[in-house]
Amino acid sequence: MSTAIRPDAAQAISRPSLFGDAVTMTRRNLLRLSRTPQVIVFSTIQPLMFVFLFNFVFGGSIETGVSYINYLVPGVLVQTSLFAGSNTAIGLAQDLESGAIDRFRSLPMRRSAVLIGRTLADAVRSLITAVVVVAVGFALGFRPGGGVLALVAGIALGVAFAHAFTWVFTFMALKVRDVEAVQAAAFIPVFPLVFAASTFAPVENMPEWLQAFASRQPVTLTADTMRALFNGTDLGSSWFWALVWIAGIFAVAATLAVRTFERS
Amino acid sequence: MIHARGIEVSFGSVKALDGVDLLVADGEVRALLGPNGAGKTTLVSVLTTLLTPTAGTAVIDGFDVCNQPNEVRSRIGLAGQYAAVDNLLTGRENLEIVGRLYQLPKAVAKKRASEALERLSLTDAGDRLVRTYSGGMRRRLDLGASLVGRPKVLVLDEPTTGLDPRTRIELWEFLRELVDEGATVLLTTQYLEEADELADEISVIESGRVIAEGTADELKQRMGGDVLVAAPVDRNSLIALCEIVATVTGNEARLTDSGSVSAPVNNKVDSLVRVAAELDRAGIELAEIAIQRPSLDDVFLSLTGDAPTVEES
Repeated sequence: MSTAIRPDAAQAISRPSLFGDAVTMTRRNLLRLSRTPQVIVFSTIQPLMFVFLFNFVFGGSIETGVSYINYLVPGVLVQTSLFAGSNTAIGLAQDLESGAIDRFRSLPMRRSAVLIGRTLADAVRSLITAVVVVAVGFALGFRPGGGVLALVAGIALGVAFAHAFTWVFTFMALKVRDVEAVQAAAFIPVFPLVFAASTFAPVENMPEWLQAFASRQPVTLTADTMRALFNGTDLGSSWFWALVWIAGIFAVAATLAVRTFERS
Repeated sequence: MIHARGIEVSFGSVKALDGVDLLVADGEVRALLGPNGAGKTTLVSVLTTLLTPTAGTAVIDGFDVCNQPNEVRSRIGLAGQYAAVDNLLTGRENLEIVGRLYQLPKAVAKKRASEALERLSLTDAGDRLVRTYSGGMRRRLDLGASLVGRPKVLVLDEPTTGLDPRTRIELWEFLRELVDEGATVLLTTQYLEEADELADEISVIESGRVIAEGTADELKQRMGGDVLVAAPVDRNSLIALCEIVATVTGNEARLTDSGSVSAPVNNKVDSLVRVAAELDRAGIELAEIAIQRPSLDDVFLSLTGDAPTVEES
C-alpha cells in the first residue's frame, strides 16, 4: 500500500479566504447575539446606571466647565467599552471549553477568522450600546453642540477604542482559557484605566503623581477627544494621541492574539 | 487511507502517545478501543491536525498532517465526544456555517445542510435552536456537521459516550448506514460492544500504545471466547471454587474484585454442568453461575496480562 505524499494535488487547493471566513464567523456570532437579547439588555442597563447615578449623585459636586451630563456621556461610552470587553473574553473562553473551537480548527478555514468574527460581532454590540447610552443621555439633558457629523465621529472613535480593547481581552482569554478565571482577570486592568482617568471627573483635581498617568493614558485621551467632538470645542492634540493609542493597542493585541491562537 | 507511523506525543514528562503505528485502508472502519486516558483522543487530535506530534508522521488520504494541514482538513470530518454544535443556532445554521468554512459556495452549503438534516432524520427539527434538542439529536447534528464537507475520512471521537442505551443503539443505526456507504472511518470507543457492532477491525490502545489489533472475534478468541463466572455463597470457599473451575475448564481462573471466579470456557454448556456437579460434590453452595461474553475488562486484562490469576494446581 502506497503512502506517498501528494505535493501536486496539494496545489490544487486554493488557500481559504480570510475575508469569507471572517464574514461567516461574524455572522455566526451576530446570530448568537440575536438569540440572547438579554445579554444586550443587561450589558446596556449597566452603563445606563452609571449615567443615572453619576449624573444625579455626583453631578452637582463635580466641576467640569460644561454641564455634567455633557461631560459624563463620553466618559460612560469609554467605560462601557472596557467593561463590555470582558464579554468578549467570556464568549471566547466558552467556545474553547465547549469544543466549538476544536471543530473550527479541524476545518480548512483561516484560523484567525475565529477571532476576527468574535471581535467584529462585539464591535456591533458596542455600537448598539453606544447608541442607547447617547439616546438616554439626550433624555437627561445631553446636548452635543458639535453637530451630527461630529457626534457620529465621536461614537465611531468610541467603537474603535472598544474594538482595540476586545483584542486585549481576546488575548487574555486565549492565555487563561477558563470562563470564570478570565472574567475575574479581565477586571484587573479595567479598573485603574477607567477610574484613574477623565471618565467621570477632570484629571486636574487629582494628585500630581496620578495626573502624570491619568492625563496620558488612552481612556482619558479618547474620552477627551469624544467630548471635544460632541461639544464642538477645541480638539487640541488629544485626538492624535487617542488614535495612536487605539492603533497601537490594536496592532499589538491582535498580533499577539492571532499568534497565540494559531500556535495553540 | 490513514497511515500513522511512530506517533509520539509528550506533555511535559508525560508520554500521552508512545510510538503509535496505525494503518487503516480505504473504506475500512477501524475502532480504537481503550479506557479513559489511554491516548485515544490525543491520537485523534494528531490525525485531525489539532495537535502536532512530538515525533512520528501521519498521512491522511495522501497528505501529511504536519506539513499539509489544510489539505488534510478539507478531507476529514470530525465528530467529537463533546458534540461541538452551537446551542444558540438552529440545526440548519450550524451545518451551513460548517459548510461555508469547508469553503463551499453558499448555495452548495445550503444544499448539503438540507441533505445532512434529512439523512439524520432532523429535517423537522432543522429550524429549531439546538438548545431545544435532546442529547441524541445533538450527537446526530454533530455527526451531520462532520458530513457536510463530504469527507474521505471520518473521525468519530467517542460518538456515543454519555448517551443512554436506547439512544446509543439509535445512533448506531445511523453510524452503520454511513459505514455501509464505504467511507473510511476511525472510531474511538470505550465499549467493546460498540467496536464489535460497527468496526471491521479493532486496535486496542493502552498507555499510549497499540497493544493488539484484529477483528472483534480474533480479540475475543485471544482471550478464549466466552467466560464462565461463578460466585459462592460463602466467600471462604472462593479458593476451592477457583481450583474446581480451573480444573474443569482447563484454563486459568481468576478472582474478581466482586468476589467471584471467572475463567474462559470452550464448551459452554458442558462446562457449566460439570462445574455445578463438581461443586455439589465438594459441598460448595453457589450464589450465582453464568456464561458471559468477555467484557472489555476481560479483554484488557488478558492482553496486558496483569490479571490476578490462580494457576491450575
